[in-house]
Amino acid sequence: MTIVNDIRQVLKDHARLSADTTTLAEDADLYQAGLTSHSSVNVMLALEGKFDVEFPDRMLKRGVFGSIASIRDAITELTAA
Amino acid sequence: MKNDTRIKIAQRIGSDIAAKHALDVDKNSRFPTEAIAALKQEKLLSALVPVELGGMGMEMTELTALCTALGQHCAATAMVFAMHHIQVACIVRHGLGSPFFRSYCQELVEKQMLIGSVTSEVGVGGDTRSSICAVEVAGDRFTLNKDATTISYGAHSDDLLITCRRDASAARSDQVMVLVRKGQFTLEQTSQWDTLGMRGTCSPGFKLTSSGSSEQIVPGAYADSSSQTMVPYSHILWAGLWLGIASDAVARAATFVRAEARRNPGVTPPTALRLAEVTNTLQLMRSNVQAVSQECEELQKSAEGNESLLTIGFALKMNNLKISTSTLMVQVVHQSLLICGIMGYKNDSKFSLGRHLRDSHSAQLMVGNDRIYAKSASMLLVYKDE
Ligand SMILES: Cc1cc2nc3c(=O)[nH]c(=O)nc-3n(C[C@H](O)[C@H](O)[C@H](O)COP(=O)(O)OP(=O)(O)OC[C@H]3O[C@@H](n4cnc5c(N)ncnc54)[C@H](O)[C@@H]3O)c2cc1C
Repeated sequence: MTIVNDIRQVLKDHARLSADTTTLAEDADLYQAGLTSHSSVNVMLALEGKFDVEFPDRMLKRGVFGSIASIRDAITELTAA
Repeated sequence: MKNDTRIKIAQRIGSDIAAKHALDVDKNSRFPTEAIAALKQEKLLSALVPVELGGMGMEMTELTALCTALGQHCAATAMVFAMHHIQVACIVRHGLGSPFFRSYCQELVEKQMLIGSVTSEVGVGGDTRSSICAVEVAGDRFTLNKDATTISYGAHSDDLLITCRRDASAARSDQVMVLVRKGQFTLEQTSQWDTLGMRGTCSPGFKLTSSGSSEQIVPGAYADSSSQTMVPYSHILWAGLWLGIASDAVARAATFVRAEARRNPGVTPPTALRLAEVTNTLQLMRSNVQAVSQECEELQKSAEGNESLLTIGFALKMNNLKISTSTLMVQVVHQSLLICGIMGYKNDSKFSLGRHLRDSHSAQLMVGNDRIYAKSASMLLVYKDE
């Protein structure tokens, strides 16, 4: 699935995780993998750029960026509109 | 007990007890024993414990008002009171799914234990969202050691709430909180607390060693309890007591101006203009504290509201409250000092504002404002304020 691959690429470039983002499980907890509030902002920015979307404020919370799956759900919701 | 009664009790403890010892507490950098004992006597250390567990189930705005009432008389007493309640809030809002923490709360009602806060650590400074130390669990026991830069009333705390990494392999920001009980920890003091202000909080550095039962680890991730509880309670209760310091400074200036006016009725003293100016700033501060406190109280009442405490929008609001009140307080106290003139500058005058000024300077470095600004700056890159 290409959305997921693009998310993995963004995480690789911006999340500064200790884990390998290409093999990370889709439901793995990104915060436990080392995502911080600072690096999560960079991830949000990069995702907005990559998918040409804007996360509405209601989506700007930890849970939404907590795993590859939850990021995918958010992007899918925004691009479906 | 009705709410206005509880405020009156806090005001009485402030004016009759805390105020009486405030000079000595400040001068000798000693713990405000008398005022804290009086608060315990009134069972106010368990104010946040839900009614069904024997507490008062006090809400945010009332607790904020109590901090203001105490802050008007002794900033150190108010800060100890506020810091304790920040810890209780974390337990009450995140721990009550666990039998251990439920019975701890009942014990708190009965015995009024004072809980200290151990967030800052050598190597991470004031960044509460990262830890170097880690809790190590083996079987049903844990050990936890921390080199803490600052523990307010550490030597006077019964129990301590400590932030640390979830385990030895966890990332710095993957934290949990652990409650350690009296008898389970030792503190080796590593520095002194001879400071400009907030002297009575008695907050030197300590090397902490502790062990206990693994049920003492607060359930859930600190990342969530930090956003939903630790940060809002810290910033709102601190702002509440800072408002107390600022309003007492203005009260002194106002008394000074009225006395001047009485000496020459019919002529408005020139200082009255400056008083008008400073009350303007004080009102700004008060409105901010009350509005944010009220909003936070409302949000806590629903699941949806509690969820919104996790958003960037709410975090920005908390940051703004902290930065603005900690800055305005110094301005208000300084302006009040100028009004009182030499009578405010003298330490032995009833208009003395030296202690207020020294205490107020702690606010901007109690989690450095630039550190907070940096976080806000980063969040504003994605926040849209829709
Ligand atoms: C009265 C009082 C009581 C306290 N009680 C306790 C307590 O009970 N428990 C506890 O754990 N701690 C307590 N603290 C400590 C407090 O919470 C902070 O940890 C501490 O004040 C910060 O220490 P610091 O200034 O050395 O470090 P730092 O946070 O490292 O800050 C140093 C300087 O660098 C700046 N800075 C740091 N990072 C950044 C950044 N990313 N961007 C821009 N600027 C930055 C700051 O603004 C500041 O100017 C207390 C502090 C005070 C004043």
